[in-house]
Amino acid sequence: MTTATPAIRLTGLTKTFGAVNAVDHLDLDIAEGEFFSMLGPSGSGKTTVLRLIAGFELPTSGTVELLGQDVTSRAPFDRDVNTVFQDYALFPHMSVLENVAYGLRVRGVPKKERLERATAALESVALGTFGSRKPSQLSGGQRQRVALARATVVQPKVLLLDEPLGALDLKLREQMQVELKELQRSLGITFIFVTHDQEEALTLSDRIAVFNNGRIEQLGTPAEIYEAPTSPFVASFVGTSNLFDETESQQLLGLSGVNSIRPEKITLGVKAAGISLPATITEVIYLGTSTRLLVELAGGKRLTVLEQNVSSRSTDDRRGDAVHASFAKADVVALQPA
Amino acid sequence: MRLSRPARITLGTVTGLILLVIYLPLLVVFVNSFSTSTNLTWPPPGFTLEWWGKAFQNQGALDAIATSAQVAVLATAISLVLGTLVSLALQRHKFFGRDAVSLLVILPIALPGIVTGIALNNFFRTIIDVRLGLLTIVIAHATFCIVTVFNNVIARLRRMGTSLEEASADLGAGVWTTFRLVTFPQLRSALLAGGLLAFALSFDEIIVTTFTAGAGVTTLPIWILDNLFRPNQAPIVNVIAVVLVLVSIVPIYFAQRLAGAEQLQK
Repeated sequence: MTTATPAIRLTGLTKTFGAVNAVDHLDLDIAEGEFFSMLGPSGSGKTTVLRLIAGFELPTSGTVELLGQDVTSRAPFDRDVNTVFQDYALFPHMSVLENVAYGLRVRGVPKKERLERATAALESVALGTFGSRKPSQLSGGQRQRVALARATVVQPKVLLLDEPLGALDLKLREQMQVELKELQRSLGITFIFVTHDQEEALTLSDRIAVFNNGRIEQLGTPAEIYEAPTSPFVASFVGTSNLFDETESQQLLGLSGVNSIRPEKITLGVKAAGISLPATITEVIYLGTSTRLLVELAGGKRLTVLEQNVSSRSTDDRRGDAVHASFAKADVVALQPA
Repeated sequence: MRLSRPARITLGTVTGLILLVIYLPLLVVFVNSFSTSTNLTWPPPGFTLEWWGKAFQNQGALDAIATSAQVAVLATAISLVLGTLVSLALQRHKFFGRDAVSLLVILPIALPGIVTGIALNNFFRTIIDVRLGLLTIVIAHATFCIVTVFNNVIARLRRMGTSLEEASADLGAGVWTTFRLVTFPQLRSALLAGGLLAFALSFDEIIVTTFTAGAGVTTLPIWILDNLFRPNQAPIVNVIAVVLVLVSIVPIYFAQRLAGAEQLQK
């Protein structure tokens, strides 16, 4: 543990809704300037954690510290964190500029200054000429940027983002991912990003917490989460994994416990060194840059294999071919049983 | 959906008949206001503008209109404030007995007026010993006018969700600032629609009014009932009735346009 004060420190944080533990004794430090993602399926508690940090929910027990200060019982308007909402939550009766200036207005910033700052914030998200429009006249991507400008213009210590890209189409989402990352670097503040999209989390984050049933299943850098998942849940939720239960591990890999191997670590071809299992190709799915193949091993165990399409051979119909599925023992990841 | 020709004709005829049943009597009132007969014989024996002139000089009628307007404005004002507050409480907060309160707030509009009237009359006179008068009518009307405001506001709050208010709080606005800058502007058209309905309810209420108005306070419906069967007053009553119809078209028209404009915005 370093001596620096974390931007956010959660201690024993618990939130129960009726009989359900939405968040279950969570301990978590998020460093200043970090791009931190909370990844998990819906209902895993990630959004509740965000709402507890923002102050929209009060924890059943535990504390929330912001830069070393206990803010657990403070109202949302009394916390130096701001939120970009999933549905943007722009005020429909105000113009775009008034929306962005809102946080400055309620803080009593003089009109001239707040309009200047709001205009600058709008320009920074490339919407300088849209100030007089109503939110209903903007596209989804534009609304998203207004929401970002509105939350960052008040210079929060921590920015909370609740699935902000969920409603955008793929191209726009990829573009916004780049912009978010750039924005975070230029502001230098902590971003806490909630998403159920594992690719988004891998692309953007310094660190990821994978949530399941109100608990953090695994915490680490994107590479750690992807290359060394510790549980079957993480292995299959983040990317695709071929899981081997204890008997399969024993029979096929000669290993004990539960293990997994990523599809792209497996090569198909003639018998090779390392682990090499005879298999039959049952399905070939062409994906453009890569091809996904399903193979069936001798005992009936099925594996998913991902091949990069480096040659045009990949479009061949190879169903029914007898091959060997080979991979290095070092690429096999041992998991803790669920 | 396409309808067959016989179906269209049948439905059109039924619609026409129903509208006729509603509006023909109103037309009779309109015609009678120009009749030379003082006891509303049909068909009218002759045409005169005499009653229209007399009606606008009839002090009793003018006073009654003023009284009714006063009652309706006050009852509407009370309903707007209390109706909004109770909607906010029931929609935005959880507390013990919430469902019971919700039911109790809506109940007065379903209660028979005669029951409300007797109950309030008893309560005012014998329990808290208040002299019946304008104020007691206002309170009595407010009990059911709240419901129209409540229904409109709570529906709007439900549709609006909490994210706008959360966004406002998140950006640093306190509870009151959030209400003033975010919640209230979102409620404005719902308040107008609820308020117009409340005003209309109060303005023509007669049963509860009869039991809660003291001697000497005459609202317009009471004045009309008193004068309808008096010799020579019936045509003036018809004139007042026509004016009321014309006046009540205005709020309904605006309420409809308001609803239409919001549909377009969605």
